[in-house]
Amino acid sequence: MTLLTSDHALEIVNLKKAFGGLVVTQDVSLTIRPGERRLIIGPNGAGKTTLFNQISGDLRPNSGEIKLFGKDVTPFTPYKRAHLGLSRTYQIITLFSNDTLEHNVTLGLLGLRPSRWQMWRPLSYYGDLSTEARRTLDTVGLLHLADHPVSDIAYGEKRRVELAMALAQKPRVLLLDEPLAGLSNTERAQVKSLIGSIPGETAVIMIEHDMDTALDLAESVTLLNYGRVIVDGDRDAVIADERTREVYLGV
Amino acid sequence: MRWTGIALVAASFLVPPFFAGDFYVNLASQILIAAIFALSLNLLVGFGGMTSLGHASYLGVAAYISALLTTRYGFGHGPAAVISLAGTTALAAFFGVIALRATGLGFLMITLALSQVLWGLAYRVSNVTNGDNGIAGLTRPMPFGISIDSAVSFYWFALIVATFAFVMMTIFVSSAFGSTLKGVRDQSRRMAALGFNPWMIRWITFIYAGFWGGVSGLLYVYYNKYIHPTSLSTTSSAEALLGVIAGGSGTLGGPAVGAALVLLLKNYVSAYLERWNMLLGLVFLFIVLVMPTGIVPGFSRLMAGLRGGSR
Repeated sequence: MTLLTSDHALEIVNLKKAFGGLVVTQDVSLTIRPGERRLIIGPNGAGKTTLFNQISGDLRPNSGEIKLFGKDVTPFTPYKRAHLGLSRTYQIITLFSNDTLEHNVTLGLLGLRPSRWQMWRPLSYYGDLSTEARRTLDTVGLLHLADHPVSDIAYGEKRRVELAMALAQKPRVLLLDEPLAGLSNTERAQVKSLIGSIPGETAVIMIEHDMDTALDLAESVTLLNYGRVIVDGDRDAVIADERTREVYLGV
Repeated sequence: MRWTGIALVAASFLVPPFFAGDFYVNLASQILIAAIFALSLNLLVGFGGMTSLGHASYLGVAAYISALLTTRYGFGHGPAAVISLAGTTALAAFFGVIALRATGLGFLMITLALSQVLWGLAYRVSNVTNGDNGIAGLTRPMPFGISIDSAVSFYWFALIVATFAFVMMTIFVSSAFGSTLKGVRDQSRRMAALGFNPWMIRWITFIYAGFWGGVSGLLYVYYNKYIHPTSLSTTSSAEALLGVIAGGSGTLGGPAVGAALVLLLKNYVSAYLERWNMLLGLVFLFIVLVMPTGIVPGFSRLMAGLRGGSR
């Protein structure tokens, strides 16, 4: 079990990505402990989502390494990384809008089970999937909407379904891409407490612009600008840092 | 209400052979064959989001393999059918590897190109396929020693195969795997992030669709007792695609209805109207404008609306 002996949940070494002449990730190195809560900040176009896409496998870096629990996953496709315990949400809502909330979350559960290849039994045969999907919807406060199609529900609720799909997988590393974007104050508070209640063994890496809310959830902060890591470390140290004020807070 | 519908559909298949003339029974057999073909294409187009313009490859290749094995190499119908289906399925697996390098328009173009290669081969390699003359003088099999040479007996044979095909394809798309197929159609990137292998899901579906395309090809060659390169042509693929879209892609029965419509226009109306292609075009235009999701979803919405209005 080499996976368990690693000190790092996620390790990124000298990652580089360029689209033609435009370099969007330069020499990025990061380490995330199991259970760590890390906030990634930076101005628009700093390369935050591009970094996420490389971690999840949607984009292949030009050079560098990505390790999950000590295992080099750089050449792995996204679905293989998911099976190693990586889950993510999207900045732009990516749900199955004609299907019910329960079906959406069930797909999240099915993705990691061998029964996803089952070709003669319907999904409804697997009662445990349905039970678990409903339990997850309950934790995000959407159980009452379980049988409604996603297209029927409000934007803030869709954000929570995004989160429920990822949480259902019980990930060891969870990437959250702007989970608070476009939410009202009440919804923000709901999602914030939801993220706060994620099990302690799950490492959470979050991109978020709403500093007031996000800083409360983070132990450590990474500041990106022009694809580079500018400051990286303990939350308070990063916030107090001169360069953070310069780049991000614009002071 | 639901059972009345099922009873009506069953009756419309079971009753006609007892009083209809051979012409109409044969027409019904052809509709069944076209329906299996359209249903298999619907697995790709409707449930997988893979619009193929080369599905005739599997119908044609299955038909040619069976025709060649029984006439030229002295095989019995049983072994010929098994080899033909195995060969067609293997071909689908091979073509799938090539075509699934792309999605969308790229996929469509590759499937079109591959089917054109086969069509060209059927025309040009005339020492094997007999080229433009086609292969004539074929016989029908005798399943369990029962002759299916008459119009009515062939209809029953085709009906049994078509029912089995419909059930098998319905089970496939209703299964857990079928749910993942629809997921890959709608949000392939998200499905990959959730741990599904989109490529493998598409490939397996491509092979399964190829197999049922092959089944329809066997029935096709049994029915016609003749095979010609046009069975491999783009027109043949496009007619099936037209049926799928007209009937309602991604629905269980829609493609069968669409296939029936195309076939009726082609075989029945053409007897009275020389420019039946024009009528086909107009009918298709009407469907696209009035029921953009197809006949079956369009009618069920209409029925639901009427029922809601009369209340």
